[in-house]
Amino acid sequence: MTLPPMVAPLATSDEREPTVKIRPPKKWVPVDLHELWAYRELITSFTLRDIKLRYKQTGLGIAWAVLQPLLTMLIFTIFFGGLAKIPSDGVPYPLFVLAALLPWTLFASGLTRSTTSMVTDANIMTKVYFPRMIIPLANIISPLVDFAVSFVILIIMMVYYGFAPTLNIVFLPLFILLALGTSLGVGLWLSALNVKYRDFQYTVPFLIQIWMFASPVVYASSLVPASLRIWYGLNPMTGVIEGFRWALLGSGAPSAMVLVSVGMVIVLLVSGMFYFKRMEQYYADIV
Amino acid sequence: MSNNIAIQVRDLGKRYTTGGSPEKYHTFRDAIVNSVKAPFRRLNRQGADRSADKFWALKDVSFDVHQGEVVGIIGRNGAGKSTLLKILSRITTPTEGGVDIYGRIGSLLEVGTGFHPELTGRENIFLNGSILGMKKSEIEEKFDEIIKFSEIDKFIDTPVKRYSSGMYVRLAFAVAAHLNPEILIVDEVLAVGDTGFQKKCLGKMGEISKQGKTVLFVSHNMAAVSALCSKAMVLNHGSIIYPMGDTDEAIKYYIDSISQKSLTDLTERKDRQGEGKIRITGFLILDKDGNRQVVLVSGQWVEFQIQYECISEKKFNHVRSDISISLTSGRFITLLSNTFSSELFDQIAKKGHFSCIIKKLPLSTGEYFFNLQIRQNELIQDWILEAVRISVVSGDFFGTGKLPPSSHSGALFEQQWKYLE
Ligand SMILES: Nc1ncnc2c1ncn2[C@@H]1O[C@H](COP(=O)(O)OP(=O)(O)O)[C@@H](O)[C@H]1O
Ligand SMILES: [Mg+2]
Repeated sequence: MTLPPMVAPLATSDEREPTVKIRPPKKWVPVDLHELWAYRELITSFTLRDIKLRYKQTGLGIAWAVLQPLLTMLIFTIFFGGLAKIPSDGVPYPLFVLAALLPWTLFASGLTRSTTSMVTDANIMTKVYFPRMIIPLANIISPLVDFAVSFVILIIMMVYYGFAPTLNIVFLPLFILLALGTSLGVGLWLSALNVKYRDFQYTVPFLIQIWMFASPVVYASSLVPASLRIWYGLNPMTGVIEGFRWALLGSGAPSAMVLVSVGMVIVLLVSGMFYFKRMEQYYADIV
Repeated sequence: MSNNIAIQVRDLGKRYTTGGSPEKYHTFRDAIVNSVKAPFRRLNRQGADRSADKFWALKDVSFDVHQGEVVGIIGRNGAGKSTLLKILSRITTPTEGGVDIYGRIGSLLEVGTGFHPELTGRENIFLNGSILGMKKSEIEEKFDEIIKFSEIDKFIDTPVKRYSSGMYVRLAFAVAAHLNPEILIVDEVLAVGDTGFQKKCLGKMGEISKQGKTVLFVSHNMAAVSALCSKAMVLNHGSIIYPMGDTDEAIKYYIDSISQKSLTDLTERKDRQGEGKIRITGFLILDKDGNRQVVLVSGQWVEFQIQYECISEKKFNHVRSDISISLTSGRFITLLSNTFSSELFDQIAKKGHFSCIIKKLPLSTGEYFFNLQIRQNELIQDWILEAVRISVVSGDFFGTGKLPPSSHSGALFEQQWKYLE
C-alpha cells in the first residue's frame, strides 16, 4: 500500500480565501462583532426560548412577574421608607423605590442568569458551533419581558400618585441600554469565571445584595457626600438609577457622574469580551 | 493544486489533559486556598510534572477533502474521530496545526441538540433548526417536509416530554435531515432510532451526498460507510493509519487491524488473574461464512472464538470456558458458558480455540464488554475482565424492523403477544 503524497502546506497561493480558518488558540482575541450580527436570529431564538420556558415553568407565570416587583416595593416601603424614614427627594417613597427597582431587577436577573448560562447550556455548546457570547447575551435580554410588565405597574402607580412623566422620558432607552450594558459587561466576566470555577455562581447572590446597597435603590444618591460622588459613579448602576428617576419622576438631573458610569460600562464590556473570548477557546474541553 | 478543495487539514494535533474529564472541576475555593498556600508550596515542590497527565487525542493529522466528496472516517472507540470532527466544526480548538474550510459548514454531532422537553414539537423544530444554523425563513419553508419526514404530525403541538423516545428521535432527525450546508459533518448519529427509520435516514444521507455536497461521515456501521462514502480513512490512537483512499480497502484495512489488534492485545494484557496454565491468546467474532466481524448486529448468526494456549504439553480435562457480557457501566448482563450448553472440554490440545455459536444474537444496540475466563477443575486458569469492547449495531431481530430504544441497552427476547378478553 502506498500513501498518497503529502500536499502543500496551508495558506497556499490559492486565490480563494477560506470561509473559516481554524488555528490554535491565541491569548487575546477581539470579539467578532460582524459574526455576532450574522447570528442575530439565533440570539432571538434563545431569548424566545428563555421567555417561553420562564412563563411555562413557573406555575404563577405572568402573575409572578407582576407580584415580584410589587411585593419588593411594599417591603422596602415599609422598612426603609416607613420605619427608617429614608428621605426620597420629595417623591412618594413607593414610586421612588419602584423607579429604581425596575432597572435594578433587569440588571440583577440578567446577571444571575447569564452567570450560570454557560454551564446550563453546555450540552448545546459542546455539539454545535455558534459565537458562545450569544448565550449570556440572550439571558441578559430575556428579563426585558419582566421589565415591561413592571413598567406597566409603574405607569399605573404614577397615575395613582398624579405624577406625569417629564419630557426627559425620551432618554429612558439610553438608561435601559446602560443597565443592559452593565449586566452584559459583568455577566461576561462572571459566566467565564463560572466555567473555570464551578462554585463561582454561589458568590453571585451575595455580590448582588452588596451591590444593591452600594447603589441608590432604597435611598437617594444625594445622601452620598459630594466629595465621594465621582467614586460613587464608578458603580454604573448609580448612573442608571439616577437616570430613571430623572426621566420618570423629574428628580434632579444626573450629574457628570453618569459619564463616569458610561466610561465604566465600556471598560467592563471591552475587558469582559476579551476575557470571555479567551475562555471560549478552551470552553468545550473543560465544561 | 486543484482549487476545488473543501477542507484542508494540516499537521493537526489536539492535546487533552486527562484531568479535564467532566467529573473534576476547579473550584474558586480551591483557587483561593491554593493562592494562599502557593508561597509555601514553592518551598517543598517536587515532582510536579504536569505533562504526565496530558495526552495527544490527535496528532499530525493531514488530509484534503475536495468538493462533492463523501468521506468516511473509521476507527475504534477513542481513536480521535469525534475530536477531529469537533475541531472541524469549531467546537474546540486545535493545539497545533490548522484547518482551512471553503464553504458553509453544518455539523451533526448529535440529533436533537437543544431540544427542550417543555417546548412543543413545533417550538423545538424552530429552536433546533436555528441552533443548527438554519434561517427562520428556511425552517418555515421546509416545515411541512420536516413534519412529514418525522411522521408525528398529530403531536406537533404537544410538549416533547410526552413523546416516546422513538418519536423524539424521528423529530430530531427530521430537522437535521433538512439542514442544507455546503459541507456536512456527521458523527455516529445514525445509530439511534429503529431500523426502519435508520434506513430512511441512510436514504436521506445518500440523497444529500448525490446533490454534490461534501460530507464527512463517522460511523461504526461499515455497510453504511461502504454504501455512502466515495473515500475513507482510518484513524487509530489519534493518527491516520490508513490515508484517505478507496472505501472498501480502508474498511478491510480497519477490520484486519482490529482483528490483529485484539489478538495481540490479549497476549500482552497484564491485567489478568488465574493460575496461567491455560492462557487466553485471542478472541474472534466470525459470521456464518467465517469472516471476521468488528461489530455485532442484533439478531445475526455469530460465532465467538476464544483462542488459548497451554503452558505445557499436558492434556487438560474438565476445561470450562466462559464469556460474560457486561454493559460499559460495569453491570453484568449474561454469561455464556460450556457448563450450560454441553459437557466440559476434555483432553484439549496445546493450542486451539473454544467456539460458541449464537444463532440469533439477542443483544440490543449499544456498547458491551466481553469478559473472558477459562477454568480447569473449577480452578481459574486465566481471567481477563473487559477483554474486548464491542459495539452492537441495530439489526432486524424481530423481523419487523423495530427495536427497543437505545435507552434499553441489554437483552432482546423473542416474544409473542396476544389479546384475551
Ligand atoms: N474533553 C476531553 N478531555 C479529556 N480527554 C478527552 C476529551 N474528549 C475526548 N477525550 C479523549 O480523547 C480520545 C479521543 O476521543 P474521541 O475523539 O471521542 O474518540 P472517538 O470519537 O474516535 O471514539 C479519547 O481517549 C477520549 O477519552
Ligand atoms: Mg466518537
